[in-house]
Amino acid sequence: MTELAEYFEATIQRGDRVEPRDWMPDAYRKTLVRQIAQHAHSEIIGMQPEGAWISCAPSLRRKAILLAKVQDEAGHGLYLYSAAETLGTSRRELTDKLLAGKQKYSSIFNYPTPSYADVGTIGWLVDGAAICNQVPLCRTSFGPYGRAMIRICKEESFHQRQGYELLMTMMRGTDEQRAMVQESVNRFWWPALMMFGPPDDASPNTAQSMAWGIKRDTNDDLRQKFVDMSVPQAEALGVTLPDPDLKWNAERGSYDFGQPDWDEFWAVVKGDGPCNAERLEHRRKAHDDGAWVRGAAVAFARLEEEL
Amino acid sequence: MSEWPLYEVFVRSKRGLNHVHVGSLHAPDDKLALMHARDVYTRRNEGVSIWVVRADAITASSPDEKDPLFAPSGDKVYRHPTFYDIPEHVPHM
Ligand SMILES: [Fe+2]
Ligand SMILES: [Fe+2]
Repeated sequence: MTELAEYFEATIQRGDRVEPRDWMPDAYRKTLVRQIAQHAHSEIIGMQPEGAWISCAPSLRRKAILLAKVQDEAGHGLYLYSAAETLGTSRRELTDKLLAGKQKYSSIFNYPTPSYADVGTIGWLVDGAAICNQVPLCRTSFGPYGRAMIRICKEESFHQRQGYELLMTMMRGTDEQRAMVQESVNRFWWPALMMFGPPDDASPNTAQSMAWGIKRDTNDDLRQKFVDMSVPQAEALGVTLPDPDLKWNAERGSYDFGQPDWDEFWAVVKGDGPCNAERLEHRRKAHDDGAWVRGAAVAFARLEEEL
Repeated sequence: MSEWPLYEVFVRSKRGLNHVHVGSLHAPDDKLALMHARDVYTRRNEGVSIWVVRADAITASSPDEKDPLFAPSGDKVYRHPTFYDIPEHVPHM
């Protein structure tokens, strides 16, 4: 091992952070760029399913909340692109790769939001799952990524609570509203479980990522934690979770639960989800439609400089 | 069309504290960099003052602790108050 590689290893072993200008193995850098980019893209694409409800929110209060939430997701995307750029890539390059379908985003955002209750369910379950994933990432070994996660986690708690509160309000309403909540939870429960990624034995990169301190917990451990947190929340809300195998296991002190449909997961990851094409198309259009604004801003800045 | 340049953002979270680096963003000019910084990094009163500076205007040391840049301070223990033995009975020291 070279001296630089030894120094890197020692930093990781001490549980210390790696910073942008430190020497790091190429594979470490590549893994981070891929993971942070995928994470950033998820925040940006993730604005769409809920954003669709901004103009139809049932009250000004709900509309203001939803706007703030979706704006936060844009902010999360920016924190993460900013972290990725410290690794020597550029925001432009990452955006191009997303639009060309060469980099992924979380499969959860390829599911549709046909019901207003989905706004609440996403806040509760999707942001809830995101929190489970992200809290341990605050201690990830790459400094800028961990610092971005700390900012994000602070804001996610608002996201989850506004969603849960929205659902509680609907559950206090009519039978029809309660049915809307249950129907929405039925659709989102399994995709939310998929957010933690494939089972550990089908996740070949996990071991290396954990050795590097990029990842702190395995997919299955995080999934279990999420189920254990969500069951009592579902009970308090008065909804059921659509899993016949879900039951308390006193021996383990955890809930046993069924497996999501992993064939569906892989199909969605490979581009065959219900909304993959629509999400990318929407993002491409927004990017193209904004081109003249970006260009005009540059032209204006040049003009100011010349004056 | 050229890309918007990269800016580093520093925020003073409240009076009496230093500006702290919080991240970066792209903007076409200084003025917009400041406004973008407000929207991206201070949506919840996280700051009372923001600095933005073009990333290419920053000169940085290598963060490597073993960097010889920091070596000169390594052996100057006499710069620290604990270097000096003062008898216990001397007050307020
Ligand atoms: Fe987010
Ligand atoms: Fe969120």
